[in-house]
Amino acid sequence: MVPGNSGGVVVGDLVNLSSGWVLLQAALFLFGAPLLMAWVRRVKARLQNRRGPGWLQPYRDLNKLFAKEALVAHTASELFRAAPYVVFATTLLACLGVPLVAVGQPFTAVADVIVLVGFLALGRFFLALAGMDVGTAFGGMGASREMLVSALAEPAMLLAVFTLAMTAHSTNLSSVIDHQLAFGLVLRPSYLFALMALVLVAVAETGRIPVDNPTTHLELTMIHEAMILEYSGRHLALMEWAAQLKLMLYGVLIVNVFLPWGIAREVSLAAVSFGLFAVVAKLLLLGVLLAVTETVLAKMRLFRAPQFLNFSLLLALLGLLSHVILEGGA
Amino acid sequence: MTVFVPLMGTLVLAGIRSLQLAGRLNLGFCATTLAAALGLALRILQGGDLTGHGFHVDAFNVYLVVLTAFVGLTTAIFSRPYMAHVCREGRVTERRMRLYHSMFQGFLFTMLLALTTDNLGVLWVAVEGATLATVLLVSLYRTPESIEAAWKYFILCGVGIALALFGTVLVYFAAQHALADPSRGLSWTVLYGEAARLHPTVMAIAFVFLLVGYGTKVGLVPLHNWLPDAHSEGPTPMSAVLSGLLLNVALYAVVRFKMLVDGALVASDQPGIAGELMMGFGLISFLVAGLFLHRQRDIKRMFSYSSIEHMGLMTFAFGIGGPLATFGALLHMLVHSLTKSAIFVTVGHASHIAGTQTIEQIRGLIRTQPAVGWGLLIGVAAIAGFPPFGVFTSEFLLLSATMQSWPWLTSVLLFGLVVAFAGLFRHLHPMVYGKAPEGQQPVAANMLPVMVHLGLVLWLGIAIPAFLAHWLDQATWLISGGHLL
Amino acid sequence: MILTQLTLVEQAVFVLAALVLFLSFSILAQARLVAGIHVFAWQGAVLAGATGLVALVDGEPHLLVSAGLTLALKALLIPWMLHRLVRRLELERHLDPLPRPAVALMLGAALVIFSYWVVVPIERLELATTRNILSLSLAVVLLGLLIMVTRRQAVTQVIGFMSMENGLFLAAATATHGMPLVVELGVAFDVLVAAVLFGVFFLQISESIESLDVDRLNRLSAWEDEP
Repeated sequence: MVPGNSGGVVVGDLVNLSSGWVLLQAALFLFGAPLLMAWVRRVKARLQNRRGPGWLQPYRDLNKLFAKEALVAHTASELFRAAPYVVFATTLLACLGVPLVAVGQPFTAVADVIVLVGFLALGRFFLALAGMDVGTAFGGMGASREMLVSALAEPAMLLAVFTLAMTAHSTNLSSVIDHQLAFGLVLRPSYLFALMALVLVAVAETGRIPVDNPTTHLELTMIHEAMILEYSGRHLALMEWAAQLKLMLYGVLIVNVFLPWGIAREVSLAAVSFGLFAVVAKLLLLGVLLAVTETVLAKMRLFRAPQFLNFSLLLALLGLLSHVILEGGA
Repeated sequence: MTVFVPLMGTLVLAGIRSLQLAGRLNLGFCATTLAAALGLALRILQGGDLTGHGFHVDAFNVYLVVLTAFVGLTTAIFSRPYMAHVCREGRVTERRMRLYHSMFQGFLFTMLLALTTDNLGVLWVAVEGATLATVLLVSLYRTPESIEAAWKYFILCGVGIALALFGTVLVYFAAQHALADPSRGLSWTVLYGEAARLHPTVMAIAFVFLLVGYGTKVGLVPLHNWLPDAHSEGPTPMSAVLSGLLLNVALYAVVRFKMLVDGALVASDQPGIAGELMMGFGLISFLVAGLFLHRQRDIKRMFSYSSIEHMGLMTFAFGIGGPLATFGALLHMLVHSLTKSAIFVTVGHASHIAGTQTIEQIRGLIRTQPAVGWGLLIGVAAIAGFPPFGVFTSEFLLLSATMQSWPWLTSVLLFGLVVAFAGLFRHLHPMVYGKAPEGQQPVAANMLPVMVHLGLVLWLGIAIPAFLAHWLDQATWLISGGHLL
Repeated sequence: MILTQLTLVEQAVFVLAALVLFLSFSILAQARLVAGIHVFAWQGAVLAGATGLVALVDGEPHLLVSAGLTLALKALLIPWMLHRLVRRLELERHLDPLPRPAVALMLGAALVIFSYWVVVPIERLELATTRNILSLSLAVVLLGLLIMVTRRQAVTQVIGFMSMENGLFLAAATATHGMPLVVELGVAFDVLVAAVLFGVFFLQISESIESLDVDRLNRLSAWEDEP
């Protein structure tokens, strides 16, 4: 945060600027996430020789769900009712910490990667509890599976993030991106490994193939879906939206940290629009890659998920070791 | 020239089908090699070191070259009737005999190349080549045990050799930053001259790798697992040359590197580390092998453990450094090669007589075929260190050297010697003097090589001829920087 | 030594060296024989690429020859020979799973750290920009050793052995800018002969014990332990 030496007016301006900024970023995320989801679905459909749902279909789905009545089982507690809000809120807060179109924003100066991971963990915790709350078998199963996957994914993510942090000497994502931009094109082995590890973790955490099939309707193959089986109406809408936000969050994290060129470094209309254009282009590309991998690969059996995540842990560890060995240590 | 005669032999013998002709040609090539080696030795002793075309010959390695050629010849003499007998028994086909003869020469070629080359990389290539040449020969009989032995030999020696290559790369790395002309960084003579300028840390780390790597081929404990299997499962002439010659070549490589490392570490705070490492490994090998001797049930395995024990002793001696120990070690290399190859030849005949290699089933050799029985008895006496034989002399020199620099280790050495002695004789006595089983027939045995070898060892024990003493003294001076005589 | 101060080509060498290490881990984790051979071929190709780049950086033409030799030998010829053997011995569907994958992979990571520790005194000397790759190459060698120790099938043991040679080659190529050509040729020849001999051995072993599971090659050690 900027020290408050400049006087009340400037601070006031900054507060206005930063809150305006926060709102802008929140809006971009909230309205971009369903669009990203639609893009992925359409590309996948094209690959399968179909035309796929329309661009506005996710919005229509959310709209429909918000309009419907939320049914709550009589065995549910207050946690069940509160969980969707908590999950949605934490995911949105996490999103606000990731530089989307510009770096160096006052708000992103506060949120760094550890906070990001913390927010996501909090959301996941409540999601799992909600799955178990009603007392159905599938909910408990989904919760335990989710915990298995994330228990293994989180160390990998943290190691990958630490590798980035060691290079930039800071855990703040803005600083990391700034550092990356300052040196131009540098081929770092540690970044390569961290990228591969992060991609695998992202696939696991967002529940995509090959870890979890988001379009499955067979309960025994579900991980994420099983936990939200009991939800309906606005609760379900919030949960779905949160899942879409999470996908966009990981996507932005990957493209903006490892391929940051195009992001705005100053607050001017031209720079910000270019930044927006750049991130949209990168996300579209990432969406195509995701759709292709989902079409080409098959979902793994659950007991192989630990192997998958061990592999990502190994990659992250290799990234850290490469950093220490090849790039001159801390 | 010396080196290329066996190379020609390899290529020629690969094409010869007839067993008799191949046997005789093998002999011929070995004899030529020996003549060339002797000529080379004379030149060195009169004229000084020879360097050129990537070769470097001085008193140390020409000594080993002559030894290699000599034992190669005597083994070839022995192998002719022996392998003919084996072929008649049906254990080997004629096609495989072609491989055998060709690889015999090939093996000699790689050993001589390793001994005479100046380039450390070529040294590595040659030692690995020696392994490869003999691997197929160990599994010549195609029994499951011999295949297992050959596989183990291949894998373990391959792993060891790979580590030795890493050490060589590190030495080259050090050389590149110390020499004026980096491209000569693998030449031993150049490195030896500039040894003080090589970086001590790099050389120390390199030496560890080299000791572990080449030490695997020497048979140092704990990397010795391949040795008893490989030496016992192959045909007897193969065991003789492996025990007698290849171990020496590997030790030669270690000593050459020790000379470099000592030169590089002279000014550092741990100047004796190379020697200390060698002493440690050598001592452990010596003791462990001596203890393991007692448990053996196969006669060739027992003698392979004896080889490990003696190589451990030699490594220990080279590790002590100093003229007395080095002289003793060099002499020991000579007498050990001669004695061990003689023993293996005799053992080959003994196993033919008894039809088996198991100690418990070999009995009464002296009654069935006195020449073999006596040969075995004298050979074991020689290798165990009985006085009139050369081994006693070299071990005595070694004990004196130990007494001078590390007095408390002398008792350890004596203990080990006694243990090995007991083990050998415990097994030997029933074999030679026991009651011979029914129907044990003498075989057509060519004991000439054995008698020649043992005679030489006896002669060396009683009185070392002046020219040999002078020769060894020159080598000692090269290695340890001091004269003994 | 800071990575950002090197040229792009030198950075690429580092990336390729790190990839070689990663592929070593991949070989360690592979259960299928054929997949293991393919990963080994890729390792040889990446190694040849790294050597070629070093040759470009240093302007040493003989390194290009070595790079070509590595490519031909390690990426093409030896995998082809192994593949042919596997097909001939009908091992395509054989699995050779890693006994305890998590433990083995962690042990591999420990070996990487150990090799770094061994080479650190040399690295501090700042003698060459590519010396850090020395610890990576030692790690590849030790990982090859780990592969040989943890596997039961002879084919994977051979792949482990060959990947050890890959590590040595990486060390020679990057830290010392290649050995003199005669040595390189000698080493390549040795490797080729070793591969041929391995092939012969497979046939011998499979004829004698009807499988290539080397754990069954235990008659000699069993025999010695009897009282």
